Amino acid sequence: MKQIYLDNAATTPVDPKVLKAMMPYFEKEYGNAGAIYELGRKAKRTLDESRQKVANILAAHSGEIIFTGGGTESVNMALLGYARQNKLKGRASGHIITTKIEHDAVLNSYGQLEKEGFAATYLDVDKDGLVSPAQVEKAIQNDTILVSIIYANNEIGTIEPIAAIGKMVRGINEKREKQGLPRIAFHSDACQAAGYLNLHVNDLSVDMLSLNGSKLYGPKGVGVLYVRNGLSLEPLIFGGGQERGLRSGTENIAGIVGLATSLDIANSLSKKETLRLTKLRDYFIQELTKDINKSTLNGHPIKRLPNNISISIYGIEGESAILYLDAKGIACSTGSACNSASLEPSHVITALGRPYEYAHGTLRFTLGRHTTKEEIDYTIDELKKIVKRLREMSAVR
Amino acid sequence: MKDDKKYDVKEANGAEWLYSQAVKEHFFNPRNFLVDEPEKGEYDAKGEVGESVCGDVMHVWIKVDSKTKKIKKFGWKTFGCASAIAATSMMSVMVTENGGMKLDEAYKITPREITQRLGGLPLRKVHCSVLGDQALRNAIDNYNKTRK
Repeated sequence: MKQIYLDNAATTPVDPKVLKAMMPYFEKEYGNAGAIYELGRKAKRTLDESRQKVANILAAHSGEIIFTGGGTESVNMALLGYARQNKLKGRASGHIITTKIEHDAVLNSYGQLEKEGFAATYLDVDKDGLVSPAQVEKAIQNDTILVSIIYANNEIGTIEPIAAIGKMVRGINEKREKQGLPRIAFHSDACQAAGYLNLHVNDLSVDMLSLNGSKLYGPKGVGVLYVRNGLSLEPLIFGGGQERGLRSGTENIAGIVGLATSLDIANSLSKKETLRLTKLRDYFIQELTKDINKSTLNGHPIKRLPNNISISIYGIEGESAILYLDAKGIACSTGSACNSASLEPSHVITALGRPYEYAHGTLRFTLGRHTTKEEIDYTIDELKKIVKRLREMSAVR
Repeated sequence: MKDDKKYDVKEANGAEWLYSQAVKEHFFNPRNFLVDEPEKGEYDAKGEVGESVCGDVMHVWIKVDSKTKKIKKFGWKTFGCASAIAATSMMSVMVTENGGMKLDEAYKITPREITQRLGGLPLRKVHCSVLGDQALRNAIDNYNKTRK
């Protein structure tokens, strides 16, 4: 049976070139970068080179790049680390802002900060999943210390106006400095954006940026947090003081080399892949919504990731559709009810204001480097049959 | 069908994402579902349960032998996930097999009995997916009303 992988936003296979670059660091170049003899110094040089590579892609200083254990860890380090370190004195710890459509890594870190005494605002999004700089600006209070906005949404692919929000926050910070108010740090979760969107930290005016490798044809379990010079974070992990004291523990050289190499490759392919996938994406969306009545695209039609197709189909349940697709060799995902312990539909789809009969029938297809038009045609074909069958069974018409 | 095997619902591991063979069989080849709403007179009563907030909506129809009070025919439609579809399908088999289940017996059918016949369900699926018994009782109540 054909095997068609359309869940590239969940994770990607490791690029053979990346694997090849990683291999020496398991058996031969296994040194600890903290050791002063040659084997250790070589590891340190490799670490420095990788850090420089990542810094170049972000147009940042290498000293601003922290290697972590993945995207979730980067986000936790940024949000918990910054808020705790920059907590206000007095009864209230401070105010923090984010949106209702963040990844759970952000939402649950904010939940933890609320338990620790911070007050959080969760901004609404419009029907396409967009948040505006004006909305963020309006939510800012005198005691606001942190804003975190997802760069491109993992479920619906909507690209948020990060550069405009960053610029606005920077302007406000200039005024606040004169008024003696606390600085607001701006973090963006860019785990889905890497490989497709501009990551230059000064273009985006971000203070912190989270990235990971497992969606970029790199290894799992390794990520990056960019932290702008001058920002102070409290560490989550204590030990030997590696990674500027923010992430103690012997550096995962093989993983770091893999991540830096995968970012490099993704960056060089970015333009070409963006063009190719945007065409495929739009074809997929057009065919699906044309042939399946009562189906609707989630997320912005244009301001969206080139590889994301999120569609809600009335009257069918996402999980059922996924298992029928799986039986045909097609792997995709749902952001809906039965995917999580709660039986509510996805918080992202709900935030768009979709009725439940649609929200439950949400399917996400995410294309990748290996996706072909033939695969998409096959998927559309099978999906049409599956929707017909599930609708025949459905009590919701 | 491994009818004899006594299966405690709670034994099914809620963290696992595995469905039993019986669930898969009934999910991919559901029995007795109705493509279209039935013609008037084809069935004697209809039952409904569920809300789309929860993700599961079930409609069932029963045809009853007025002398023996046994269910002769059972049709259904379900909006739900794999376990919901499989559970409704399995219930349709249970109430119609061996010449049909008597109404008073069918009224007492429990989610647990259905789940057992399916070889268990992931724990978190039990609550919301197995609503079929409620739809069935609703249909029986409606049947009894029309007979009074």
